[in-house]
Amino acid sequence: MFEILRREEMAGGTVVLNEISAPLIAQKAKPGQFVILKANETGERIPLTMADTDPKKGTITIIYQIVGKSTSLFKSLQVGSHFQDVIGPLGKPTHLEKLGTVVCVGGGTGVAVMHPITRGLKEIGNRVIAIIGARNKDLLILEDKMKAASHELHVCTDDGSYGHHGFVTDVLKDILAKEDVKMVAGIGPVPMMKFVSKITAEYKVKTIVSLNAIMVDGTGMCGCCRVSVGGETRFACVDGPEFDGHKVDFEELNQRLQAYKTEEAEATNKYTCQCKAAV
Amino acid sequence: MEDIMSEKTGKSDQAVRQPMPEQKAEIRRRNFEEVPYGYTEEFAVKEAERCLECKKPSCMNGCPVSVDIPDFIKFIKEKKYTHAIRKIWEKNALPAVCGRVCPQENQCEGQCVLGKKGAPVAIGNLERFIADMERKNGKGDLPPKAKATGKKVAVVGSGPSGLTVAGDLVLKGHEVTMYEAFHKPGGVLVYGIPEFRLPKEIVFSEVNFLERLGVKLECNVVVGRTVELDELFEQGFDAVYLGLGAGLPKFLNIPGENLIGIYSANEYLTRSNLMKAYLFPEYDTPIVKGKNVAVFGAGNVAMDSARTAMRLGADTVHIIYRRSRNEMPARAAEIHHAEEEGIEFSLLTAPVRFVGDDKGRVTGIECIKMELGEPDASGRRSPVPVEGSKFLIECDMAVVSVGSGANPILTGTTKDLGLNKRGYIIADPETGKTTKKGVWAGGDIVTGSATVILAMGAGRMASDSMHKYLTLGW
Repeated sequence: MFEILRREEMAGGTVVLNEISAPLIAQKAKPGQFVILKANETGERIPLTMADTDPKKGTITIIYQIVGKSTSLFKSLQVGSHFQDVIGPLGKPTHLEKLGTVVCVGGGTGVAVMHPITRGLKEIGNRVIAIIGARNKDLLILEDKMKAASHELHVCTDDGSYGHHGFVTDVLKDILAKEDVKMVAGIGPVPMMKFVSKITAEYKVKTIVSLNAIMVDGTGMCGCCRVSVGGETRFACVDGPEFDGHKVDFEELNQRLQAYKTEEAEATNKYTCQCKAAV
Repeated sequence: MEDIMSEKTGKSDQAVRQPMPEQKAEIRRRNFEEVPYGYTEEFAVKEAERCLECKKPSCMNGCPVSVDIPDFIKFIKEKKYTHAIRKIWEKNALPAVCGRVCPQENQCEGQCVLGKKGAPVAIGNLERFIADMERKNGKGDLPPKAKATGKKVAVVGSGPSGLTVAGDLVLKGHEVTMYEAFHKPGGVLVYGIPEFRLPKEIVFSEVNFLERLGVKLECNVVVGRTVELDELFEQGFDAVYLGLGAGLPKFLNIPGENLIGIYSANEYLTRSNLMKAYLFPEYDTPIVKGKNVAVFGAGNVAMDSARTAMRLGADTVHIIYRRSRNEMPARAAEIHHAEEEGIEFSLLTAPVRFVGDDKGRVTGIECIKMELGEPDASGRRSPVPVEGSKFLIECDMAVVSVGSGANPILTGTTKDLGLNKRGYIIADPETGKTTKKGVWAGGDIVTGSATVILAMGAGRMASDSMHKYLTLGW
């Protein structure tokens, strides 16, 4: 059992932070790695990339958007209650090296995953430009943390309610035109990662993306998370989650993420009805 | 229990093998309850009476862990059931499992003298009977444990070989901790073999037995990630057993394989068995419920996948296999059960490519007919494509069940652990010792995909060697 020690709601309750006691994982985890969580006996195994770890306290932090039954169930867990199972750290850590100027692009809850990578890239001596975005001001997360983790922060909202009016990719394009960028890291919704990769390809700048494929075991045993990278099938759980953005087949990834759309809707409806009935 | 599977019967009483009562095929093909009901006491004693008590019992030669078969059968004849289970336990810690999943026809029963003229003694059914009887009626007495040695052993993986090693070494007085990467123990017995063939309650009861003996179980620990192998020694473990399982799915490597609805058998069965997706939405893990299902391969895992798909409501399920019936590697009983349940066999047929719709979902599989050519390295006649014989099988779900490879998650992070070309751990065939001091390995991570009983046999051999090491030295 893995106790929740801290819980915060962000973005008007659509995003939740949990700091969880998991000493073994906290000792080992590095930026870019993920855990698999299962709330209770009947729960599903959900992979989430860690937003932070504290080896001294023995805790890991996850930040997730409420999208369906399982994340709604996660949201219902309060401080002092437990996740039944947390497994990790899984996947390959981000390869952090000193390159010069790098750009970190985070969209939606992807910002949470981007944060420790941004911090790591800065610590190792890079000049880090960060770009974060959300649909509107209320949905924007971790602005202060990203500011501290980078040398220069650009904020974008799709509706213009805060910062630059437009997409993160607009700002990225301007920066690529002006600066000698050595690497771009992009983490967020699949369309965002796809467009980030498309733009950086034009400028021939190395790009890494972190893929949120559906998983079961997370240890390379089932092949559920297979993605096409450079025409080859790779497993996001053990070969990733980070890949060369210029080689990823984003269309296939997007389709595979829809595999259980009907079932997810059914489960969410059932859960919502039960919650309403309980009230 | 009138619905009895017909088996070959001879003329004399001795030749009449007691049939195994089981659920009718047309009923069971839509539920997940266990297929055979098990022998009643009357059936069991009658069957035991068929045993000739050979002076040189050849059945024992066929058993990978050398269970004293005539002795335990004799105790059943005499209705001394406690004696019978004790006799089996001397060599086999998991009889309720083995009675259900061992390929007896190639092992003990394949060697039985009675089999030369008629039907062999139903050794598997008797083993299952006595194990179930103990589980239901036994007093739960624990076998005696040797005095504590003060030595600590880590067992990595809680599948059949890990369970065997843990059980053996805890009885010999060592302190045993068993690590499991999944959230539940049992390995392939839980994630792989379906409920209708091996009820999970049986596996958990076996694990519980080990815990009562003092084995410490740590789930959710991925050795190689959460903790590294060398750290186990730093933590004070004196010896480590690696029973990791195969754990890397093989795919067909044909176009279209990443379409939605195409599963590896590992994924399909893990969703259904471990995550209980067959109970969705009561359980949260979903699974594609195919109406027309194609399963590639013809081993036990393929049969399990096909029969699971039928139980999840399929109209048609095709086993697609590139060789002929004679080469199918599954247990005879599994093939028989699958056929009874309406699984169709497309033999001498190989997949060429998958086809899908604009949403990325599989809609069919292009196949080609094969014919048998010369024998290959495995001694089986290798299939050769028949030119111009391509055709389409429509399907909305497919399971690829063509074997497993070696999962590199632990082996890739451990120094000095010798691996063969295919990534399996090199272990001494006599002792299970790896090239790394203090580390043993056995089961599928050494041999490649094999059976539960062979993994248990490897565990038994390693635990003997480990005990020697812990008491005498490497």
